[in-house]
Amino acid sequence: MMAERERKLAGPRGGTFIPRTQVLSPEDVSRALVRIAHEIIERNRGADDLVVVGLQTGGAEPARRIASVLEESEGSSVPVGTLDVAFYRDDLSLRPVVPQAATDIPCDLTGKVVILVDDVIFTGRTVRAAMAALADHGRARLVQLAVVVDRGHREVPVRPDYVGKNLPTRLTEQVDVSLDGVVIGDVVRR
Amino acid sequence: MSALGRHLLSIDDLGRSGIEGLLEIAASFAEVVTRDIPKVPALKGRMVATLFAESSTRTRSSFETAAKRLSADVLSLTTVASSMAKGESVKDTVRTLRAIGADALVVRHPAEGVPVQVARWTEASVVNAGDGCHEHPTQALLDCFTLQRHFGGGAGGGGGQGFLEGARVAIVGDILHSRVARSCTKAFVSLGARVTLAGPKTLLPTFAGEWPAELSCELEPVLYETDVLYLLRMQRERGAGVFVPSEREFAHLYGIDERRLGMLAGKAVIMHPGPVNRGVEMTSAVADSDRSLALDQVHNGVAVRMAVLYLLVAGGGAVGKEADGGPAIGAPGFPGADR
Repeated sequence: MMAERERKLAGPRGGTFIPRTQVLSPEDVSRALVRIAHEIIERNRGADDLVVVGLQTGGAEPARRIASVLEESEGSSVPVGTLDVAFYRDDLSLRPVVPQAATDIPCDLTGKVVILVDDVIFTGRTVRAAMAALADHGRARLVQLAVVVDRGHREVPVRPDYVGKNLPTRLTEQVDVSLDGVVIGDVVRR
Repeated sequence: MSALGRHLLSIDDLGRSGIEGLLEIAASFAEVVTRDIPKVPALKGRMVATLFAESSTRTRSSFETAAKRLSADVLSLTTVASSMAKGESVKDTVRTLRAIGADALVVRHPAEGVPVQVARWTEASVVNAGDGCHEHPTQALLDCFTLQRHFGGGAGGGGGQGFLEGARVAIVGDILHSRVARSCTKAFVSLGARVTLAGPKTLLPTFAGEWPAELSCELEPVLYETDVLYLLRMQRERGAGVFVPSEREFAHLYGIDERRLGMLAGKAVIMHPGPVNRGVEMTSAVADSDRSLALDQVHNGVAVRMAVLYLLVAGGGAVGKEADGGPAIGAPGFPGADR
């Protein structure tokens, strides 16, 4: 599903995503998400006041998965939301950003502990935009960041709290993350 | 990427897929306006100017609210309160606004074609906010959006995007002078609706045969087979008064009262672009009934105009520049790269 997204995103610039190496299997991704969920419980001493927010579109599925593990092991319900940051980006002048999918924040975030979830952290600019977006939904007591893959190359001072896999990459590579695994590839211009 | 080019001058600029794409983006903005802080920084530092040479309550306040909720600066100009009252030409006014720094011009003018002409005179994006008896594209878009939200699945049984597929729409009243009727007919038909234009023969368009719609001078037979009843105001300022013997006679033959409301199907809705002449197009009781979507139309106008301004201004200029070289693959600015 997300490989398709890469292809779609690459489209307008005339590029195609060519997968090269499978880095994590579906089971690896699943285990990483379970581990992240347990780290979240450990760090926050339970799941009270937690709200899990997935960044559209790649973070939505991992966020749901993490929330369900939190619910299973703590026995309390954990609200899950999604956030689209298109309108908060700082690169609108470089290219128009069309919203990918809807924002759905289930409750006022004031006083909550928000776990932001994304599939890949790269430059950090999406996360910066996400923090600006979150502020419009209330003043969270704590915001933590969970990512399935950290591929490096940060351009702003942002650091994830929970990482599924640290994956050193070249700037020109693309990383495709889904519940079906993690694949490194290249985008080749047509 | 975008449903829109550089300007929005006519509903023809969009086509079916363009309209559907724009409605999708409008849905994102509809979520934004429901928030406690209904504002996003998407157009921070950009300027939207409104240039209205005709009176307006809804359209102008709606465009200005939309621009402000996108964090754009708003510059608003009316003919009466500007140098146009001293005889400055539209061209000079437009060039002045661009020199001040307007990125988008929202233009309303009593003469048909002025927005098209303005678009030739300026680097800014131009939105037609109503030109004479010609077009009013954002009104048609917000009407489509309102119907999509109201019917969800589909008025004519279609699902998802086919919310108007097979739906029967009747547009009633002063079609001849109505830019809304023109834009709406095109939009509704391109989304799959069947449109009937009803009104006294004198107020039907002269070349109505060229419209993709059926015509009727009798209202009541039409009412029984209508899902959406779209009422129009008698445009007295364009001389509509002389086309009918009296407003009372028009109200008698084409006005909607509670008896005629009863002829509509149970799920049918009434729309009106405003302002309503109570007692002419419809009685006060009908205007205030829960069958009328008039206030939903106004409410949805903000989200739809946010989507229009966003698409026109956010990419503005840079899209064209980037099209040749494009950013290096993997560099920031490459789609999907900077996460």
